[in-house]
Amino acid sequence: MKIIVTVKQVPDTNEVKIDPKTGTLIREGVPGIINPEDKNALETALRIKKDKDDVTVTVLSMGPPQAEIALREALAMGADKAILLSDRAFAGSDTLATSYMLSRAIKKIKKYDLIICGRQAIDGDTAQVGPQLAEGLNLPQATCVEEIAIRGDVVTVKSRFDNIMRTIEMKMPALITVSNRANRPRFKTMNGVLRAFRDKEVLTWTKDDLELNPMRIGINGSPTWVRKTFVPSHSRAGLMIEKKPTESAADILDFILEKAFLRL
Amino acid sequence: MTLCYQMDDKFEMIRMAVREFAESEIKPVAGELEEKEEFSVSLTQQMGDIGLFGMTVPETYGGQGLDYISYIIAVEEVARIDGSQAATLAAGNSLGISPIDAFGSEAQKRKYLPDLCRGRTLMGFGLTEPNAGSDAGATNTTATRDGDSWIINGRKTLTTNANTPMTKGSIVQAVTGTKPNGKAEYTCLIVENGTPGFTLNTLKRKLMWRGSNTAELFLNKCRVPDDAVLGNPGDGFKQMLATLDGGRLSIGAMGLGCAQGAYEAALRYSKERVQFGKPISKQQAVSFKLADMALKIELARNLLYKACWLAENKRPYGKESAMAKLYCSEIAREVADEAVQVHGGYGLFKDYDVERFYRDQRLLQIGEGTSEVLRIVISRAIGC
Repeated sequence: MKIIVTVKQVPDTNEVKIDPKTGTLIREGVPGIINPEDKNALETALRIKKDKDDVTVTVLSMGPPQAEIALREALAMGADKAILLSDRAFAGSDTLATSYMLSRAIKKIKKYDLIICGRQAIDGDTAQVGPQLAEGLNLPQATCVEEIAIRGDVVTVKSRFDNIMRTIEMKMPALITVSNRANRPRFKTMNGVLRAFRDKEVLTWTKDDLELNPMRIGINGSPTWVRKTFVPSHSRAGLMIEKKPTESAADILDFILEKAFLRL
Repeated sequence: MTLCYQMDDKFEMIRMAVREFAESEIKPVAGELEEKEEFSVSLTQQMGDIGLFGMTVPETYGGQGLDYISYIIAVEEVARIDGSQAATLAAGNSLGISPIDAFGSEAQKRKYLPDLCRGRTLMGFGLTEPNAGSDAGATNTTATRDGDSWIINGRKTLTTNANTPMTKGSIVQAVTGTKPNGKAEYTCLIVENGTPGFTLNTLKRKLMWRGSNTAELFLNKCRVPDDAVLGNPGDGFKQMLATLDGGRLSIGAMGLGCAQGAYEAALRYSKERVQFGKPISKQQAVSFKLADMALKIELARNLLYKACWLAENKRPYGKESAMAKLYCSEIAREVADEAVQVHGGYGLFKDYDVERFYRDQRLLQIGEGTSEVLRIVISRAIGC
């Protein structure tokens, strides 16, 4: 069985500060990490690999050359192969262009049974690339997956839609996106790190390695334009309740029910 | 000839991997284990699961196949969070695993290393005796040959990892005769727990590292087979010196990590604590302390990594390893002390990690060569 996991290198948002003048992220000096839910995707793949014979896990990313280290980290966690799509012509891609290029790379990989993506990235929060990639490859898809089982060529998943869980069966090849509820990603082992650098390699594919429509990549292929970014002001005053604890609790419950945060 | 201060990505990934583990698994329980004086088998096994034992042991024996710098970075990162677990790790690797890997027979390596490297067993290194501390030549424990076996009599103390539920045994240094020049001949023997005549007592009420195990060993007509001898009879002194040279680097890493953890805590606190209308980090009395801490840590790290580089490249490193251990342990004291000062009265309470760092650093100027013994080593090396 062949599994492809897509990963994105993102700035560690715990360390990111926002420039108050321009409203953009200050990325200088901020470490790049694997997008957290992509680690859940990789963990899902690695657990399948542990349970079944003959599973290979390939991680695929698009990004600048520095993104190689994110792929190296995925190899250290246990992935078998890594491919980085990197070319100046890819710069400025939105989710549509990104998913197009990923789909072309997957066409080139040819053989695969399951594609696993993280639900969304912590820098853009769009949750679009997974679903767009499935459309681009004409594959059945399930998003926000929390549980997965494979029997023969059928993958059965539990997918969350708000507070409803759906059980979905799909014939493979198929694509799923997983959320952080799916599992707890493993720690890297010392020997895993060694093997990621000594025994495994990260392949880099440029635009010349892929069959691409030049109008669908980079800025040309990106209809999304960010008009403005800004930091919303959090000026709403909190609600102060100063009563006895039992009365306060009752007031808080009323408030929660009124706002429909919770239903009884 | 190149001089390069850029570390390979591999080392950075080792650091981040251990940091992630230490922050998420050790940090939440470190204070409680320490306070209860409790050695944690499960945490030690978890450290084994991510490969923190046998880091420099070849993969064929179940080790991680890594280099000395990676190992030192790992100890540093654990010590940045907790001295107790770092002690279990440093002693486990440098004193328990390393002598078997370096001097053991093929059969001994096959027998002990795989479980030790998986973090499923531990091995102590019994050197210190009640009357033989800095003066290792005063060792009283003896081993005498009796047919196909050896009979050991004596007592060892202050042995890390010797009496945990997962301890397999201890390497014990004993006098086995007299050399032609009149000096005592030493031999190291592996004594497994449960051997008749071998009893253990865990030493409690320590100032520091209370989540690690320290024990005394009693050997009373304890009989071990001939193949319990580590290497060759008579090699014990050489083995001990080589083991301590390497062990000193790991104690240096514990000092560096302890200083780093205390410094980070002080820096964080100084930005939060407001006095006289601004954070105390903006006040020179405090910011100069933090600048000095950062300076000392930078110097310590450079010296320690250089000593590791020498060891890794098979160059003489006895002097540098003594210097690194001495300096890292002394700046751990200075930095932890000032970190408490930055915290003011709160730094005296267990609610703040600096209270633990302040106690944990105190062993480092004593264990594996006191600061005074190290100055003897260095002064001899420079020709005094």
